[in-house]
Amino acid sequence: MENTIVCRCSDVTLKQVRDLIAQGYVTFDEIKRITRIGMGPCQGKTCGQIVQREIAMAIGQKMSDVEFQTNRPPVVGVRLELIAKEARRNEEQR
Amino acid sequence: MKNSADVVIIGGGISGCCIAYNLAKKGVKNVVVLDKSYICSGSTGACGAGVRMQWGTEMNCRIAKHSINFYEHANETLEYEGDVEFKQKGYLLIADTDKEIEQFKKNIEVQHKCGIPSRMVSLEEAKEIVPHLNTSILKGAAFCEKDGFLNPFLTTDAFYRAAKKLGATFYTFTEATGIKVENGKVKGVQTNKGFISTDIVVNAANGWSKEICAMAGIDIPVYSERHQILVTEPVEPMQDPMVMSFGLNLYVQQSPHGSFIMGRGDPNEPHDLRITSSWHFLEEMAKTIDKVLPAIGRLRVIRQWAGLYNMTPDRQPIYDKSAEAEGFYMAIGYSGHGFMFGPVTGTVISEMILGETPTIDVSVLNLARFKEGKLFLEPSVV
Repeated sequence: MENTIVCRCSDVTLKQVRDLIAQGYVTFDEIKRITRIGMGPCQGKTCGQIVQREIAMAIGQKMSDVEFQTNRPPVVGVRLELIAKEARRNEEQR
Repeated sequence: MKNSADVVIIGGGISGCCIAYNLAKKGVKNVVVLDKSYICSGSTGACGAGVRMQWGTEMNCRIAKHSINFYEHANETLEYEGDVEFKQKGYLLIADTDKEIEQFKKNIEVQHKCGIPSRMVSLEEAKEIVPHLNTSILKGAAFCEKDGFLNPFLTTDAFYRAAKKLGATFYTFTEATGIKVENGKVKGVQTNKGFISTDIVVNAANGWSKEICAMAGIDIPVYSERHQILVTEPVEPMQDPMVMSFGLNLYVQQSPHGSFIMGRGDPNEPHDLRITSSWHFLEEMAKTIDKVLPAIGRLRVIRQWAGLYNMTPDRQPIYDKSAEAEGFYMAIGYSGHGFMFGPVTGTVISEMILGETPTIDVSVLNLARFKEGKLFLEPSVV
């Protein structure tokens, strides 16, 4: 459990997640704010369901009732200079 | 849930947690903190994480200096098992107009009066401090090496845990829905989970401060507006200080784990409580960073989010007790810098409640100043 990585972006282990749940951090957002889980390039696409399942088991809820973090743009990583370039091109065409 | 408390604090962000910690430390037994969501779910958890002393008003300078002194020893003082990750590598304020340089010089005079080690730096030195800075578009810069940034989640968690250890009670997912005032005195707080009778209520709800004041029949001249931020993928360390510009409208820092966090304001932002994300922000932010710090433009943005600024007419907070409802205290209206003022908020509000001599005299930050026209406009806000 100590060596089981749940979040590959931020190297969070299963033990860290379970310890926090035991201390009363029982929403994805709370665990995220302490451990950075779900904040990396995958934005929780890997770790999200694992954490939701751990919370569900610990507090006796259905996994589908455990909320995930707010989904925010962009869906995948985009280089800032490309967004800037497109924005400038759109302005010139206007 | 408890049905009575000595003090009820509405809001579990940096301010609420810090006030609870200070009250509990001073021996107040029955302190209750309410949050309609989880701890650090509001503005604190969405903020840009910076703490700076380079302000334009003496009051803001003094509050910031005291707060940064606290943050330097926060881990030890709060006996935190984790690390609040205070990275004290300075704030580089950059300017692209002569007018702004003049403002920096005026600000520095005020800062020096408060003992803040800020100074003007040449463009050559600015380039040494931040090598990827595009100085060709700049006129000059100011720098204070004692400014920096720290982790808002863990800092709030440190105050929360310390307060809890000292006996404070936290009710999360518990929303204040009404405040009972009888004969001009606070009598209790109605929540969605029950009534708590109390003689003292603290409004530490920042974004929702106007709504909470209205529950006690108090009208305050503040409004909330959305401010957006984005974060990039993490990379190797390449930037020490926060880089900030009021004229170019940006602030950007590299967090200790490597990602860049950046934000800017929008003068056309409506006054409301939305914290949605907009494409417009992403475009404006990308254009700004591409111009000012082109190397960062090559990084991928992985998330954008938003939080609320609670704006007062002079962009300074309100620290006061109400003249209309006895027992109602306000720690609100930070205008975007509530996180960096957190330690002082906790200190001065707890002293105000207990009738102690204040560590810092914040009496000019009273609510009546807006009616009396005694404003001290802070010129330096993004």
